[in-house]
Amino acid sequence: MNSSQLLGITTFAYLLSAILYIAIFVFRAKKLGLFATLITAFAFLINTAGIGLRWYESHQMGIGYAPLSNMYESLVFFAWSIAIVYLFMEIRYKNRVLGAFSMPFAALAMILAGLKNPDIKPLIPALQSNWLIAHVITCFIGYAAFAVASGMGVMYLVKDRRTDKTAGPLIASLPDLKAIDDIIHKTILFGFLWLSAGIISGAVWANSAWGTYWSWDPKETWSLITWFIYAATLHARFTRGWGGRRIAWLAIGGFVSVMFTYYGVNYLLSGLHSYGGR
Amino acid sequence: MKKSDNMVWRFFASVRLALFSLLILATTSIIGTLIPQKNPPEFYINSFGQRTAQFFQLLDVSDMYNSWWFITLLLLFSVNLIVCTIDRLPNVWQMVVMNNLDTEPERLEKMPSRQVFHAHGDAQALAELATALLTKNGWKTRQGNKPSGLLLFSQKNAWSRLGVYAVHLSILIIFAGAIIGSLFGFKAGLMIPEGRSSDTVYETGTGKPIPLGFTLQCEDFNVSFYADGNTPKEFRSTLKVIDGSGKETPFTKNIIVNDPLNYKGITFYQSSYEPMQGFNINITNKATNAKKFFQIPIGQKIHWEETNIDFGIINQEVRSRMGDVSKLKIWFSDGQGEPSIFWMENNATQTISSPTAAYDFQASQVYATGLQVAKDPGVWTVYAGCTLMLIGLYVAFFLSHRRVWVYIVREEAADRCRIVVCGATNKNKIAFDKEFAALVECFTHDSTFHNA
Ligand code: HEM
Repeated sequence: MNSSQLLGITTFAYLLSAILYIAIFVFRAKKLGLFATLITAFAFLINTAGIGLRWYESHQMGIGYAPLSNMYESLVFFAWSIAIVYLFMEIRYKNRVLGAFSMPFAALAMILAGLKNPDIKPLIPALQSNWLIAHVITCFIGYAAFAVASGMGVMYLVKDRRTDKTAGPLIASLPDLKAIDDIIHKTILFGFLWLSAGIISGAVWANSAWGTYWSWDPKETWSLITWFIYAATLHARFTRGWGGRRIAWLAIGGFVSVMFTYYGVNYLLSGLHSYGGR
Repeated sequence: MKKSDNMVWRFFASVRLALFSLLILATTSIIGTLIPQKNPPEFYINSFGQRTAQFFQLLDVSDMYNSWWFITLLLLFSVNLIVCTIDRLPNVWQMVVMNNLDTEPERLEKMPSRQVFHAHGDAQALAELATALLTKNGWKTRQGNKPSGLLLFSQKNAWSRLGVYAVHLSILIIFAGAIIGSLFGFKAGLMIPEGRSSDTVYETGTGKPIPLGFTLQCEDFNVSFYADGNTPKEFRSTLKVIDGSGKETPFTKNIIVNDPLNYKGITFYQSSYEPMQGFNINITNKATNAKKFFQIPIGQKIHWEETNIDFGIINQEVRSRMGDVSKLKIWFSDGQGEPSIFWMENNATQTISSPTAAYDFQASQVYATGLQVAKDPGVWTVYAGCTLMLIGLYVAFFLSHRRVWVYIVREEAADRCRIVVCGATNKNKIAFDKEFAALVECFTHDSTFHNA
């Protein structure tokens, strides 16, 4: 068994988990609940084992590095982060419908990872830093929270669009708008803290490798743009009382910016970070 | 005129302006990610045409993050932040330090979380009982007297109201650090071939020479590769600092990427290298231990005076477009028997045996090390700001100022006391409601208190 096989299993398990949660939501198949949670927990464990095994394999090859340094590895870690953020929310809010709007992101991340080359390649000197590990972990926990927040934003809009008409039982099974709004807000706060930590750890790393903590390269700039968007969202809510649909849309818009920072920049723009991308 | 009535003041204190500047900063920042930055003027003329390039020049698009208008936006943003803080901080500070035992009883009756009890007995005795219940729930309580009764008060994390201001302050501290760096620091580059030294570096962009005040020598540079032969594994320079100004003895340090040399506030980062034409050769006669060092070009026959040895590099194999030599072909003769002709790896040592002697032959290509040189006295200010920001965000997001009061009034007519348990939080009401419910539960369970 090697790590790519484990991560292949992970892909299917997340996919199954996403399908189960969607089934719970669409068919109100409450009986599937425990099964869905178990599958998710299983997928998460296999995902963890896959990352661990890949780490071990890199040591076996004499390269030895934390598997967080190319697009494949970061997507795998992204899926891992989404799963842990979601599992935490499921335990906290005791509501499995949230899974229908969260776990598809984890499945999607793993499917995208599946399109990448999983070969373990040696690290160029610039990437040999413990700050890289701190940077990737903090960024991706933030990204995962924003992914879930955008899922909750979609959920809010779905629920809100239908309540004025005769709300079917499907829509009624969603948490009420106020609760969703609160979840969106809390998830964004959580994500914002980690994104800030991610940008900061990246700056510290850049400074220890190149002597400049900030050089306005496209990836850095886009992470700052994303940060500005969420900062504006927080202020709109906190001091101008925005909520509901507007924040739901901002959660979705913010995540588009996250995805552009993460994915788009590597393919559409050039800069220091592009070596991490392909 | 009070400052809060002044139109200009109100403009700069408004959160609307903050939203506006955040979104303008976000949108304009995109420009610099689409249009390549810091290229020479011809680049823009060739890529965008004469007229557009002229327009770009007007707006400093080629270096937009240092342009007058972007700096103005950042300035506006900072003024906004400062004015907003001066405007609000006094009130918030008041909330942090205020004596809540002064709270008017009428206000207590309107608190968002509230539960009323009745109990028989002396007010002071009931206050002591209530204090015990509060303490049991983690509420450290103080007591005060009102004209009409006794008031107990307890609070948690009053200071957490300052978290937001720590975040805002941290942004200003980071800006201050960036300004210190740009005023008193520099960024420069330097290329030193092995064996050479330099006491001057050249500023990035302008090429202006900057004297270091000491001499830096590159004693050695090495690049090592992974087994695949192409991916560089490590760039390592051995640097020697020779400081003539003081009495410091020269010292050496090995630097690699991510582990620079720091001396007198100037930091030297391993950033690149350049293979040069030429090789360093060390030959050791294993029997006599005679050693000699040569620096030689390729294709030249070299004679070692004191011995009978002749040698030369007759061919090379190059690893990369840069001209890194991976293998060398050596011709070697000590006059005994046939000359040895062999391939060896760059940077390796080969043992050569002739009928009467043996030699260690070591060869490595001469490199120049490429260093990035930075002096940034603002870095620690920036880092302090970053740390403050993370702490501030945590406090602002996850801690809340929670307050509870217990107000005990003697109702002579009914021969009992009326007890109001009430509380408020500045955020995260859901969590507070749970905490408050637990407290009320404690009162309800105590047989002394009866729900009103
Ligand atoms: C990118 C820059 C900024 C960041 C990261 C930031 C961060 C924050 C945070 C984390 C909060 C707390 C929000 C919450 O608890 O949900 C906050 C609140 C606030 N911010 Fe900012 N802020 C920024 C810029 C500004 C600016 C320029 C202003 C200028 C008016 C401003 C005014 C405020 C106000 C008035 C509050 C509410 C404070 C209170 O409740 O007393 N912020 N900010």
